[in-house]
Amino acid sequence: MLSISNLQAVIGDKQILKGLDLEVNAGEVHAIMGPNGAGKSTLASVLAGREDYEVTGGSVLFEGKDLLEMAPEERAAEGIFLAFQYPVEIPGVSTTNFLKTALNEIRKHRGQDSLDAVQFLKLMKEKMKLVNIDQSLLSRSLNEGFSGGEKKRNEIFQMAMLEPKLAILDETDSGLDIDALRIVADGVNQLRSPERATIVVTHYQRLLDYIVPDYVHVLYKGRIVKSGPKELALELEEKGYDWIKAEAI
Amino acid sequence: MTPSYASYNDFKNQLLTAFRTNEERMNGASKTPVHQLRRSALKQFDLLGFPTIRHEEWKYSNVNGLLKEAFALDETTTLTAEDLAPLEIPNLDGNILYFVNGRYHAELSRLVSPTDQVQITSFAEALKADPDFIESHFAHYADYQENAFTALNTALATDGVVVRVPDNTTVEQPIILRFITDARDKSIASQPRNLITVGKNAEVMMAESYRTLGEQASFVNVVTEIVLGRDARMQYYKVQNETEKAYHIGTTQVNQTDNSHFYSATVTLNGNFVRNNLNIVLNGQHAEAFMYGLYMPNGRQHVDNHTLVDHAMPNSYSNELYKGILDDNSTGVFNGKIFVRPDAQKTNAYQSCKNVVLSPGASMNTKPQLEIFADDVKCSHGTTTGKLNDEALFYMRSRGIPKDEARTLLLYAFSQDVLSQIKIQPIREYLERVVTEKLGE
Repeated sequence: MLSISNLQAVIGDKQILKGLDLEVNAGEVHAIMGPNGAGKSTLASVLAGREDYEVTGGSVLFEGKDLLEMAPEERAAEGIFLAFQYPVEIPGVSTTNFLKTALNEIRKHRGQDSLDAVQFLKLMKEKMKLVNIDQSLLSRSLNEGFSGGEKKRNEIFQMAMLEPKLAILDETDSGLDIDALRIVADGVNQLRSPERATIVVTHYQRLLDYIVPDYVHVLYKGRIVKSGPKELALELEEKGYDWIKAEAI
Repeated sequence: MTPSYASYNDFKNQLLTAFRTNEERMNGASKTPVHQLRRSALKQFDLLGFPTIRHEEWKYSNVNGLLKEAFALDETTTLTAEDLAPLEIPNLDGNILYFVNGRYHAELSRLVSPTDQVQITSFAEALKADPDFIESHFAHYADYQENAFTALNTALATDGVVVRVPDNTTVEQPIILRFITDARDKSIASQPRNLITVGKNAEVMMAESYRTLGEQASFVNVVTEIVLGRDARMQYYKVQNETEKAYHIGTTQVNQTDNSHFYSATVTLNGNFVRNNLNIVLNGQHAEAFMYGLYMPNGRQHVDNHTLVDHAMPNSYSNELYKGILDDNSTGVFNGKIFVRPDAQKTNAYQSCKNVVLSPGASMNTKPQLEIFADDVKCSHGTTTGKLNDEALFYMRSRGIPKDEARTLLLYAFSQDVLSQIKIQPIREYLERVVTEKLGE
């Protein structure tokens, strides 16, 4: 589904990704772990098309198409979803209105008819249960004045609504207490299917107790330096990243 | 080629001459107190002349362009309902009054409110029918000593509207004033004058709308005086959507007494040069004024909003929010003055001006001016001017919303803080549509 090879990216004149390789197949969950500053969030941002980063080398194919050639909105329409580490507050635009616009744009891209108000509300009600999100929150300005937990839940709710093929969760666990973490993880797990893949970017192993990955990758200095089964996460939790750093040198 | 004035003084001379010509035709009427007042206003206009950028109040707004045009004054043209069709505001009900080149046009207008709710007459008619009433209010509020354009209007205005709402009355239907400049053949100048008195515990909703027909230049110099009695409530909207060759200078002067509430929105969508003065005197305890503004210049347009809130008595409240979206090489000015007089203890005054600048060529000048002479007051002000939030744009795009649409959605939301305040629904809907169209350009 996703094939990243020798990906290099800079922000300003700072090189962050230095030749990253990753293969993700449909149905799989991949965890990307690593110390601060390793390039985890950069990878997530580059995949979603954030313009602050400049790709200087390598390639990213998504279902055989060149992802790097696409605008962020095209990537979304093709089925990529980034759950933001810091969801942005959008004053004056309700979550409902925002999602209706987004969903219908994506449907248009896929040659599907727009959902009318009734169909949209029905879908929304169904997905709201998934992350236990309240209707009143969705009528408010998007993320404005939301608590950290509400913002993250809203991200997963949006993901449930847009039904992406590849979901990238960027530090979704940061700032969440254990109850909120469980709700968010439950939401993600319910969306798992043989057709979909998930990349979980996280600093801590904690989230992976709830979203159990098929593969764990360690990102360090802009490269994936170690990959392994889910047990690798536990090892990292126990031993920290220093042994990886030592191995990488 | 459009004719133009040879020297900057030509327009002024033309206006002074027009006054004298009118005066000669008046015979006995020139002795009336109203005319004497006009005379002193003309003298003041002659003395002040058109302001230059050396004048503090006109520092960022240069009227030289206006002085280069050649305008026909007091020009009567024939307009039919068909001509007006493209300017129609859909679903608009109520009292709709048309003014063509500043003159009331009875055939096009429609008055629906019963006269025990409100008396609506043209200014020219009221001046004939009830000169004492005009005399007791005309130019009592809008100062013509300092402001040349107000002096000019006071001297030359011949028509406009007079609205009188009796005590303890709610005017059920809104009153919409539509000022149309017919600049299809010639460049046209007009000087409408409006007087609105709202009685004790009375309530009314009004809107002024300005449009231009045709390709020639237009100059509207309007003054509206509003007097609110005790416990009166008024919604007042000014919507200005003229052409790229329109000069618009307007003063709305509001005098409020005890416990009166004034809600205003000033929306500027189109025009070459627009100056809106909104002056409110809170001349009573527990008087409240809410002022909202939205302006969206593009091209080389210039929009200047000057507001003045004068807290003259204790326990009064004012709240002001102006928002601007500036594109291309447009320029904007916001000057918000708040006076709190020594007696005006327990004043609450809030002011905010927020701007989004969409292009490097556009610029915005903001100047909050707080002059506080009482010690027990709460006042705050804040201005921001910035680009559209890139993070927000990326967030929306990452959800599948194309860039242009994301931009429109964000700016539309930005404008909603002002538009949502408009309680005459067809006008709000009309503005929402025009704003969306303009954002999509």
